[in-house]
Amino acid sequence: MIEVLAAGAQATVQDLGRTDCLRWGVGTAGAMDPMALAAGNLLLGNDANSAAVEIQVFPFRVRFTQDGAFAVTGADCAATLDGLPLMPWSAHRVRAGQELHFGVPQPGRWRASRAYLCLPGGVDVPMVLHSRSTQLRGSFGGLEGRALRRGDALRAATSGADFVSSDIGILPPALALPLERDGCPAMRVLPAAEYGRYTQASRDGFWRNEWKITPQSDRYGFRLAGEALRPEAPMEMRSHGIVPGVIQVPPDGQPIVQMRDAQPSGGYPKFATVIEADLWRLGQAPIGSRVRFIETTWDEALDAQEELKVWLEEAARLIGLHRNSQGAA
Amino acid sequence: MSIDEPLFSVLGTTAALFEAPGTAMTLETQQRIWSLAKEAQDWPEVREAVPGMNNLMLSFETPPRRLDELERRLLVAWREVRPLKLAGRVIELPVTYGGDGGPHMADVVAHTGLSVDDIVELHSAPLYPVYALGSHPGYCYLGGMDPRIATPRRKVPVLSIPGGAVSIGGSQTGVSASAGPSGWNTIGSSPLAFFYPDREVPVLLQHGDSIRFRVERIIR
Repeated sequence: MIEVLAAGAQATVQDLGRTDCLRWGVGTAGAMDPMALAAGNLLLGNDANSAAVEIQVFPFRVRFTQDGAFAVTGADCAATLDGLPLMPWSAHRVRAGQELHFGVPQPGRWRASRAYLCLPGGVDVPMVLHSRSTQLRGSFGGLEGRALRRGDALRAATSGADFVSSDIGILPPALALPLERDGCPAMRVLPAAEYGRYTQASRDGFWRNEWKITPQSDRYGFRLAGEALRPEAPMEMRSHGIVPGVIQVPPDGQPIVQMRDAQPSGGYPKFATVIEADLWRLGQAPIGSRVRFIETTWDEALDAQEELKVWLEEAARLIGLHRNSQGAA
Repeated sequence: MSIDEPLFSVLGTTAALFEAPGTAMTLETQQRIWSLAKEAQDWPEVREAVPGMNNLMLSFETPPRRLDELERRLLVAWREVRPLKLAGRVIELPVTYGGDGGPHMADVVAHTGLSVDDIVELHSAPLYPVYALGSHPGYCYLGGMDPRIATPRRKVPVLSIPGGAVSIGGSQTGVSASAGPSGWNTIGSSPLAFFYPDREVPVLLQHGDSIRFRVERIIR
């Protein structure tokens, strides 16, 4: 249904991740911004977990080879369809031959770094180990286990003929549910097992200081730069399971936040974990930008997760209402 | 903190981590971890029970409201579990030690004060039981490495080491199954692949199986 005309590096097919193969050494992969993926799918009437194209290097350009529909969410990339500008976070009908272009992420109220292209019924690639997400390290899932390149063709699972809304959009969760600290995008964090083994100055500094996202940051992990975190004494850990969001501290004291392509185990001391409910915020933070961390509690973290669930349910309800009114018209 | 008591902690709201007491890694403790994993896998809030090295991660289907209840249940189960003895298969792997395939051999020499020949002899002597899988698809964490060749993980992780790399991280050793980032010291290489994504059980080796390293060649 689409043909890739121009792809920057690292565009991949992702769903919400492969969450049940950790015991075989298989990390979850999955969308860096699961809220954007879920919202794009809801705009098309898809299951929230349907696979989409995650784009993180721009420009990116595709041609539709059949009539259908699509949705764009995530970073505002000044997307155009045959040269006509599209609203961010919107879904549209499309005719065979039309070209969709993503430019560079725009500065604005929400500066983000990853865009999602959703198709009716989801991108139709084989399910491998219960997910369609690309597992780059294992070279499976997604399209042939690799990033997309020019000339690739991707099918939508359904035709999109039942997509009747000519234009429908949604407010990005970053604007609907903002979280900042002193003007800096922030994420809530739960302390992890070795937190108490760092110096008081390091623990205080972690919450007080801004952390810069270095160029050595990708889907595997975000390497942060700031005031080094110092343990009271060196630690050598036994390897154990880890998950996206875990903040590890190698001996140089500069923390690494595990992201969606993170390996499922590790052995560096773990200082804290960005809660799942806020990991999408970090997943959208551009390289070179700064973020802050806010200490939270177990109950608050669960409430934050519930808040996202409610937001998605409400979005699905409103989209459903819109679709029914359009269908009846 | 005490190392005589098990340690319970959370990894955000996604998972909890149970760490067996002690700092040494023993097979008996690992066999109890396998038992604990088997039991916890059936608990309603647990999506997956994932053994690590003398520890166990429980990823959540739904995170429990009451963490203290889960912690208590884990501690009680840990007191009661008996070692799960598994006699799996033995795989022999040919290894070329040192040279381009073992770029950090010099660091292990520098840290341990041993010669390359000593390190190879100590590394290739044991039959290594697979304690757990992790790191990347199909990767096996092995128990039983001689503590004399233990070498701390690297200060800054290497962005990519090749598949088949034989490496040491702290008191552990293992073989990478595909290219990727690593904080371990690579001392050799082996021609190897044992992950099959199309199979229902995609791995050749699981906990309870064993690996023996055969010295193919030493590049000094």
